[in-house]
Amino acid sequence: MPAYPVKIQPPSDDKRWGLVMATMKRHGYQSNAVIETLHTVQESFGFLEDDSLRFVSKALNVPLSKVYGVATFYHFFTLKPQGKHTCVVCMGTACYVKGAGEIMEAISQKYHVHPGETTENGNLSLVTARCIGACGLAPAGVFDGEVSGKLTPADTLTKLAKWE
Amino acid sequence: MTLEELQEIKAGEELAKSQKKKSLHVCVAAGCMSQNADGVVKALQEKLREKNLEKEVEVKGVGCMGLCAAGPLVSVEPDNRMFQEISPANAHLVTDNLEIGKRTTNDLPSDSPFFTRQVKIVTENCGVINPEKIEEYIAADGYLALYAVLHDMEPAEVVQNMIKSGLRGRGGGGYPTGLKWSTVSKAAGQKKYVICNADEGDPGAFMDRSVLESDPHRILEGMAIAAYAIGADEGFIYVRAEYPLAISRLKTAIKQAERKGVLGSTIFGTTFNFSVSIRLGAGAFVCGEETALIASIEGGRGTPRPRPPYPAESGLWGKPTLINNVETFANVAPIIRKGAEWYSSIGTESSKGTKVFALAGQVVNTGLIEVPMGMSLREIIFEIGGGIPGGRKFKAVQTGGPSGGCIPEEFLDIRVDYESLTKLGSIMGSGGMIVMDENSNMVDVARYFMEFCMSESCGKCVPCRVGTAQIYDLLTRFAEKQATESDLVLLEELCDVVKNTSLCGLGQSAPNPVLSTLKYFRHEYLERIQAEVI
Repeated sequence: MPAYPVKIQPPSDDKRWGLVMATMKRHGYQSNAVIETLHTVQESFGFLEDDSLRFVSKALNVPLSKVYGVATFYHFFTLKPQGKHTCVVCMGTACYVKGAGEIMEAISQKYHVHPGETTENGNLSLVTARCIGACGLAPAGVFDGEVSGKLTPADTLTKLAKWE
Repeated sequence: MTLEELQEIKAGEELAKSQKKKSLHVCVAAGCMSQNADGVVKALQEKLREKNLEKEVEVKGVGCMGLCAAGPLVSVEPDNRMFQEISPANAHLVTDNLEIGKRTTNDLPSDSPFFTRQVKIVTENCGVINPEKIEEYIAADGYLALYAVLHDMEPAEVVQNMIKSGLRGRGGGGYPTGLKWSTVSKAAGQKKYVICNADEGDPGAFMDRSVLESDPHRILEGMAIAAYAIGADEGFIYVRAEYPLAISRLKTAIKQAERKGVLGSTIFGTTFNFSVSIRLGAGAFVCGEETALIASIEGGRGTPRPRPPYPAESGLWGKPTLINNVETFANVAPIIRKGAEWYSSIGTESSKGTKVFALAGQVVNTGLIEVPMGMSLREIIFEIGGGIPGGRKFKAVQTGGPSGGCIPEEFLDIRVDYESLTKLGSIMGSGGMIVMDENSNMVDVARYFMEFCMSESCGKCVPCRVGTAQIYDLLTRFAEKQATESDLVLLEELCDVVKNTSLCGLGQSAPNPVLSTLKYFRHEYLERIQAEVI
């Protein structure tokens, strides 16, 4: 570690890096800020690009292998760009016993996309969640950030059709 | 902040309340929020303005009222009346029928067992106060316990109180909370930490989310009291990133508490300092295990390590650390305020107090409930829960999530506490309770949980990493009716190995759903064994 702090420049002059820098600064550029920083990167850019992992590694002085390890360990982080719209189907136990599997099936069939994938035209990403905590409204899903409960395969497809 | 200021705030709130004839409480926790509770608040305000009632009747957003299935919920205080399924379009039903005696089709009977059979301690403020206003929490006697502790009690007395109360960890293990506090308070070292485990990863459980969204200050107060008792000055709340509403309300609460001087330095004019910061989880079930959670706060992969040393001696950054679950901290302030004897008078011999359950699955009244320990499963599911919808037959209830088991009908009369559930091969867990009817296939359920454990296994120890995958493959053979008798033998053997040799709680409890279904629903496995080809 250098005796004086070296300011690491972000990979580009994109304004969003300012948010990332702010998070690191708030945590005093300490090595334990990796997860918090990656959260900000993903929030700002939608996913974790190779360049951003390299940048976080340098700026926090943490080996790239460790940053990559963290990014791939946690389900919340994604290294692939997401589609224009995101549909999260909750696969928690309550949703599961109330037919979340059928909803997933219906989406997969119509859009030829599996959980964790994005449609070829980049319009829709299908994601599963372990539990979004809306068990009282099972089966539930999140459509571009909006939670929706008591879903059926039919009205899920209607919701998705609006994004086409 | 002084005691007088606390009382002043309380008096101010009560005065403001007395100037309104009625108050409309709209649930704005995540469940109702997803059904446009925000729009309901606006619509109600609009309607009241039209009727020129806005000076007499106030509308406020409150936390979870429990009956998520019938949301968005609106309650009318002080009339103890409740409306269900209110939307902006039918909000006029509420404002047109405010007079006592008028009834609508959306009225919820307030004498329904769902409400009357509950005993609220942890959730006493849920659905009553506005979670985004510290003044309302103070008006509900909030932060009084912290004041009392700082001024009238020695740290050791606080610990003694917790021991006497009989409170046990609500995260699942059921370790006596007072004992944990006592160990950390005696651990050597100047620097200690308090961590609130809000990484509610158990699928089918949402108690912690509801408490955080409905009454965040209660957690902060509980943590501060714990910090005083054990001699810590810094705390972390490790909360799931999947709970954005809970995170934003916690952030608001921390800011308000700091501004009012009930968090930060020289709290209530004493020498006690305590600051709290939030750390976001990133979707790893294993991080509910305390050593994995610590690894995650330290910024690394959330993998557990062997214990001892326990976090009580060497936890976060090697310092003595107290880790308790959200619900455990939520019990602290009431115990201090009302006394350990009061608390220990509720519940059973070995399990004191109440437990919050997330009742979900094939049951009429899905939602959040709080009941005294010792209530029977039958009362919970058929009286409070209202039974199974559509006249179908009850089959099993799953408690404890992926670490728990399925309990069949013959044990429905058992009194729920830590020991009784463990004896049945399940666990109390964090409080998820999923009801299944005759349409659920138990092999599929076991396979569902094993898939969960397999993908959530952190990969550090072999029994869990390899064992869960092998068990999953075996269960798949059963599901596809390709299994043989030797598969059944192998399945039981593997479950035994994984249970007894895994490093942490995740692996040790992963076979539970399989073992409990094998025990109570063995015929469903046997039906899927292929006839031997001779």
